[in-house]
Amino acid sequence: MSILQEKVKVINIGLGSFARDLESAGVDVTNVDWHPAAGGDEEVLALLDKLAPLAEEIDAANKEALGRVLQAEPVLVDLGPAGEMIAGLPERTLLHAGPPLEWKEMSGPMRGAVIGAVLFEGWADSSEAAEALAASGQLNFVPCHHYDAVGPMTGMLSPSMPVFVVENTTFGNRAYCSINEGLGKVLRFGAYSQEVLKRLAWLRDEFHPLLKQAILEVGGIQLKNITSQALQMGDECHNRNKAASALLLRELAPIIAGLELPRETVTRALDFMRGNEHFYLNVSMAACKASLDPARGIRYSTMVTAMTRNGTDFGIKISGLDDQWFTAPALAVDGLYFPGYSAADANPDLGDSTITETFGIGGFAMASAPAIVKFVGGSPQDALEYSRSMYRITLGENSSYTIPNLNFRGIPTGIDLRKVLEEDILPALNTGIAHKDAGVGQIGAGVVNPPLACFKKALVAFVEAHLGEEDN
Amino acid sequence: MTEKVLVRPNAYYDSATLMSVAQKVKSEQGVDEAVAVMATEANKELLANVGMLSQEAGAATTRDLVLAVRGDSQEAIEAAFQMIEAELAGAKEEIAKEKAPRSLAEALEQKPDANLVVISVAGQFAAREARKALEAGLNVMLFSDNVPLEAEIELKTLAAEKGLLMMGPDCGTALIGGAPLAFANVVRRGKIGIVAAAGTGLQEVSTLIHRLGGGVSHGIGTGGRDVKASVGGRQLLFGIQALEADSATEVIVVTGKPPAPDVEVKLLDLIKTCKKPVIVNLLGGDAEATAAVGATFAPTLEEAAQLAVQATGLSGKLPIVGSGTPHIDFAPNQRWLRGLFTGGTLCYEAQLVLAKKLGPVYSNTPLKPELAADDFAGSRHIVLDLGDDQFTSGRPHPMIEPSIRGEWLTKVAADPEIAVVLMDFVLGYGAHREPVASIADEIQAAQTQAAERGGNLMIIASVTGTNEDPQILDRQVAELEALGVIVLPSNRRAVEQAALVLRNLEGRQN
Repeated sequence: MSILQEKVKVINIGLGSFARDLESAGVDVTNVDWHPAAGGDEEVLALLDKLAPLAEEIDAANKEALGRVLQAEPVLVDLGPAGEMIAGLPERTLLHAGPPLEWKEMSGPMRGAVIGAVLFEGWADSSEAAEALAASGQLNFVPCHHYDAVGPMTGMLSPSMPVFVVENTTFGNRAYCSINEGLGKVLRFGAYSQEVLKRLAWLRDEFHPLLKQAILEVGGIQLKNITSQALQMGDECHNRNKAASALLLRELAPIIAGLELPRETVTRALDFMRGNEHFYLNVSMAACKASLDPARGIRYSTMVTAMTRNGTDFGIKISGLDDQWFTAPALAVDGLYFPGYSAADANPDLGDSTITETFGIGGFAMASAPAIVKFVGGSPQDALEYSRSMYRITLGENSSYTIPNLNFRGIPTGIDLRKVLEEDILPALNTGIAHKDAGVGQIGAGVVNPPLACFKKALVAFVEAHLGEEDN
Repeated sequence: MTEKVLVRPNAYYDSATLMSVAQKVKSEQGVDEAVAVMATEANKELLANVGMLSQEAGAATTRDLVLAVRGDSQEAIEAAFQMIEAELAGAKEEIAKEKAPRSLAEALEQKPDANLVVISVAGQFAAREARKALEAGLNVMLFSDNVPLEAEIELKTLAAEKGLLMMGPDCGTALIGGAPLAFANVVRRGKIGIVAAAGTGLQEVSTLIHRLGGGVSHGIGTGGRDVKASVGGRQLLFGIQALEADSATEVIVVTGKPPAPDVEVKLLDLIKTCKKPVIVNLLGGDAEATAAVGATFAPTLEEAAQLAVQATGLSGKLPIVGSGTPHIDFAPNQRWLRGLFTGGTLCYEAQLVLAKKLGPVYSNTPLKPELAADDFAGSRHIVLDLGDDQFTSGRPHPMIEPSIRGEWLTKVAADPEIAVVLMDFVLGYGAHREPVASIADEIQAAQTQAAERGGNLMIIASVTGTNEDPQILDRQVAELEALGVIVLPSNRRAVEQAALVLRNLEGRQN
């Protein structure tokens, strides 16, 4: 029906006085607190406009990509040494978080973790020798992402370190992540003291065989159930994993208790899991990775399939441009610090754990985790706004994972490169903060965004890849 | 440097709250370190690291809260502790307030039944917003200017496909279903629908209809470029069709400057098919061609209003405004006219009326290129549209901020050859709230200056508006009359009055 027969209801974009005038004339009006699309960046707007004729293809591709993520069924199926579980891992390879990185570009914690991993593998017998080996070019430094793996913070993985194996049973693909070592001085923050190496050895030699046996015996654990329940219990499964870790322990404890192993071994294992509130983080990350990977490499899709940081650079991947990383220097985290530390001590943003936000939890599900809203400004309202704004840059909602505080709305899922730029809203990421020096560990937590430049570069490449021929 | 460590047994706070409190306190003057933690083993280690693990703290359990502050002075530490207590005590009430939407999409989430978007953002972003609005099925009034021609054509084509209004770009005025959009007046709702390719034209016609006792169903703006050959009158034609289909509209008025020849052909073809009476007021348009398609031609805005009101069965008599023309003695060398307009259409109409009665009239928006003038120099009649781009770049339109007209009036006052000044005062939403008062000083000064020279300056004005407008028509007229300004009830009459006076002066001197 023509507007001439209807009651006029106005949305005003621009001069606020027009809205005030309409209001005083008794007209129903909503005023928009308008910001130019893409922050007024005309280069970006021109590129977005170039994509407009492809909207149908892109929408269809994105629908496919999102659909695959929504269908994912991540199941924890196994645990074992990275070198055995991950197919094709070359000799003398260390996997690390983030996009590709050379030794000389590595930040303090990343270098520390390399040294720790070299010592742990016995490739060198002193930290000096380890450092020399790392600098010699005889080691392969490869992103975890290149081998379907993810790792928190430095993400350092060497061949003998055990990894969780999560299978997406819908598509049959697998993803891998290390065992979380706990807080304090740990390898993932670049610590490599005897204490750290000793714990790693225990994880490898005693804990992992036990846990593997339990996982196999229980016949795999449905992770969708645990994550979705945890979202109802105050976790967002990135920076807060209390509920999820407890739920996982609840599944495993009776099995572990029943294993034919010395009582001290069992007690140590259960005590370790009990004492580590982030135990579930690494499992959550592998689940997110396994859920996202089938959405990679779909031509025309603008969906973001990975966001990750190596402590130097931030990198993202786009489904339709799957062989490329789009990187820019990692930003500082806006956060709260443990006693004795401040922003001056912080390393730039680090870790693959933003795979959780890529999937739709973590910062995207901030509204679920009122206990940690202090990181984002303090009030539950702020946390709600964080999650709400993420719906504006995502393709859909995953109703398998709901947010009680948003009336059980599904988590915002499938970050759309176009929307991020158009809306000028960057993904909101929850994260721990690493000390810039190797081995100190976590010194705080907070929120951070990817650098805008990653998305701009990706858009340029996307336009080139999908419209290049027609332009020439 | 001094410090204080306090243990509060059985006081649980979550770590994020404690970290945020500590962070705040730490940034206070005189505070070197502040720690607020539950006494877990890990936290005790952190306390030890900063040298504040007191014996008591060391003995505390995970259920106990440890507060530790190191600072310059005892006072600083006490202040810090007070702050910590206050922060911990104040479980702050945060009222969930609805945030203003940041985008069209978000506004639509809040109000899914919105049906019209008014856009007045900078030109380079405007077309994008308009496109999104049309794609979402919303009618658009695009106030912004500097929108590329191709974008206008694209938007209007899209709108036509969807059966939506696409008013503008550069559409300053519209009245849809009684809603006064941007620069519009408060007028009675009624049976007359208007399609206007000119903003102040729509304002003048709609307010005159109101003052004649009639009412307006809708006033659809098109934007000035619509009637150019390139845009092809897309919105003008669409607007007429929409009003033809609208049950509330009984009479249609089409107003604006004359369209391109092709557009005029299409317009007349369309009017031929209209079952409702159509009044055509295309300033300087073809009366015969209009009559040939069964429409009524109105040479001026006032006549358009009058004919439309009469077509609805009312008598349509314009009430007398003002007290008539007093006799004024001019000095012998006073003989020229200056027009200081804020409304573009009013300025154009003035030229049409004056041209018939006074001979050549010059303007920055001239009827013919050879009549171009962009200042008040020379012994000749000149009317300026002060709202034209050349005068508004970098400053607000004179309808919003009329000070530019005061400056021009001061220049006019210095010229002893000027006899008559014509001015328009446009009321309504968007316009200055005190248009007369804002130029009162300059009017008085101009009159004084003329009198001191032994002459007289006759200022003739019309006020476009209604008593329902925020500025109140009667009040503005009274203020003008108190200043000795002659006020006529329409732009046309004000212009005719000026022409009459000037012709008398010509007669005197010839």
